[in-house]
Amino acid sequence: MRKIMVTLKRVVDYNVRVRVKPDGSGMATEGLKMSVNPFDEIALEEALRLRERGEASEIVAVAIGGDECQQQLRTGLAMGADRAVLVKADSEVQPLAAAGILLEIAKKEKPDIVIMGKQAIDDDCNQTGQMLATLWDRPQATFASEVRLDGGTARVTREVDAGLETIEVELPAVITTDLRLNEPRYIKLPDIMKARSKPLETLAVGELGLPAVPSLKSVGYEPPAQREKGELVENVAALVGKLRERGLVT
Amino acid sequence: MSRILVVAEHDGVSLHSGAARVVSCGLAIGAESLDVAVMGQDCNAIARQAGSIAGVSRVLCLDREENARPLAAVQAPQLAALAQQGYSHLLGPSTTFGKDLMPRVAALLGVPQVSDIMSVESGRRFKRPIYAGNAVLTVEAPADHIVVATARLASWPAASEGSEAAIEAIAVDAELPAHSRWLELKTAETERPDLQSAGVVVSGGRALGSADNFSMLYSLADRMGAAVGASRAAVDAGYVSNDMQVGQTGKIIAPELYFAIGISGAIQHLTGIKDAGVIVAINKDPEAPIFEVADISLVGDLFSIVPELQAALEDS
Ligand SMILES: Cc1cc2nc3c(=O)[nH]c(=O)nc-3n(C[C@H](O)[C@H](O)[C@H](O)COP(=O)(O)OP(=O)(O)OC[C@H]3O[C@@H](n4cnc5c(N)ncnc54)[C@H](O)[C@@H]3O)c2cc1C
Ligand SMILES: Nc1ncnc2c1ncn2[C@@H]1O[C@H](COP(=O)(O)O)[C@@H](O)[C@H]1O
Repeated sequence: MRKIMVTLKRVVDYNVRVRVKPDGSGMATEGLKMSVNPFDEIALEEALRLRERGEASEIVAVAIGGDECQQQLRTGLAMGADRAVLVKADSEVQPLAAAGILLEIAKKEKPDIVIMGKQAIDDDCNQTGQMLATLWDRPQATFASEVRLDGGTARVTREVDAGLETIEVELPAVITTDLRLNEPRYIKLPDIMKARSKPLETLAVGELGLPAVPSLKSVGYEPPAQREKGELVENVAALVGKLRERGLVT
Repeated sequence: MSRILVVAEHDGVSLHSGAARVVSCGLAIGAESLDVAVMGQDCNAIARQAGSIAGVSRVLCLDREENARPLAAVQAPQLAALAQQGYSHLLGPSTTFGKDLMPRVAALLGVPQVSDIMSVESGRRFKRPIYAGNAVLTVEAPADHIVVATARLASWPAASEGSEAAIEAIAVDAELPAHSRWLELKTAETERPDLQSAGVVVSGGRALGSADNFSMLYSLADRMGAAVGASRAAVDAGYVSNDMQVGQTGKIIAPELYFAIGISGAIQHLTGIKDAGVIVAINKDPEAPIFEVADISLVGDLFSIVPELQAALEDS
């Protein structure tokens, strides 16, 4: 039976507005509500549905980060993952390094499918899944809006700029999720209780013995250019007048 | 000085409009030479279009059967092999094509990727948006490594046309995997301009209420020669197809004129339209966040305003 690995990144909740620290040294994230990256929730939901349809038997959730990431792994366990692995890293882990770490976990866990979010809503990189697939020398199906398994292959419909593209990949493969793949379920209270007794294994990134990989240096953070608030018009005639004044419509 | 390689996106028939924008980004880096790689099958016409972009030194055509359709796993090894022929920078568009492909090349080359370059500070320093555009981060790529990056198209003007760069057919030595197969592409047929390059865009949100009601926006768009976009809520509700979504996870656009009709203005939507010239917002809720960024705001019911607007424009 198939085994699925999903990744759960801890990020500032998507409803919270994050600001740059006044000195430009980083983002002011202290005390903000943290959640599972929304695309990763979708990844886990897809894994759960595959298991419920009898197409997979085990789901392991993986996070890389500080101890506090246990919260997000517990959320994943409460949603329905069977086990969780936290790879402890105290400093920032960029996509190439994260992919290297996930490769080690994949080698150990030997999943048939890795489902990840297409992008983390903090760094907005959109890289890690593709990089893991490459290092693992396996196929990728990014931006998935539909996943169908058939024996040793997956047919994945992808949300691309031109519309919907379908590709077929041999398993094991990495799939990254787009928003319309599914709608994640809500967690019920008893499931939170049950999740407490599910296994959550912790290992230090150092134990993996990975070589350092080149990374980007963060030089400084700044707020984005603000658009100025414009003017209010009373009616359609005034709107059309303004647009004509600016030569925007004929 | 830098030797830059730009990977061109195309649909098998014509070059993607983003290519000329990625070239602009490359030229901003300060290019000693700037080559464009076209991967495809029978792609001479596309190569000629790429060669007409001002600033392009050479067009390198990787013409082979396996490139008939874009599969990142198949294209990445070819691009990685090519990039190692003395290039200092490898640039692609920040479209679904580039986002799929470029990290795969970066991983093969063992280097980090800079996603969504919005401005170039130096050959290794770039600005890029993070947190749905709530902040701009300056990053520096490591010295002594090739820079692999995607350019945020809305941040770059299209380089002009009219040159005629040399076109070279080349072959690279790369082992291509057989584990991925392209099956089909479903596109919503439309005669309207492309969302990513249109000068005017009319977008609708959840408030439109149905796919049928979107026809109001199509007529309005047709009157102005505009493309039609949508919020995520409108796409999720099935009013329009996914390729019309504007925002953090849809298309990032920079038209001269943008209409947000019945769209609340969530941060994830706004990040897609930050670079628009003039934003017009029509919303019945005077407190809607879209009004914080709109240049021209009209409070009211779209179901009466849109037909009125159509009539006012027809009158001239
Ligand atoms: C990870 C993530 C990524 C996302 N990415 C995107 C993205 O790329 N693009 C995107 O758009 N969203 C995105 N979203 C969703 C975003 O947060 C909002 O939910 C979405 O943009 C809301 O769409 P809307 O404005 O159409 O709907 P609503 O927020 O429901 O707004 C509808 C608006 O219409 C107005 N209205 C109602 N009736 C009328 C009427 N008769 N006349 C005039 N006005 C009326 C209301 O006042 C309201 O302001 C993302 C969310 C997440 C979590
Ligand atoms: N530190 C991390 N812990 C868990 N998953 C991660 C981590 N970093 C990246 N990922 C996964 O990679 C995806 C893409 O991230 P990114 O490339 O940073 O946009 C995310 O949606 C996660 O699924």
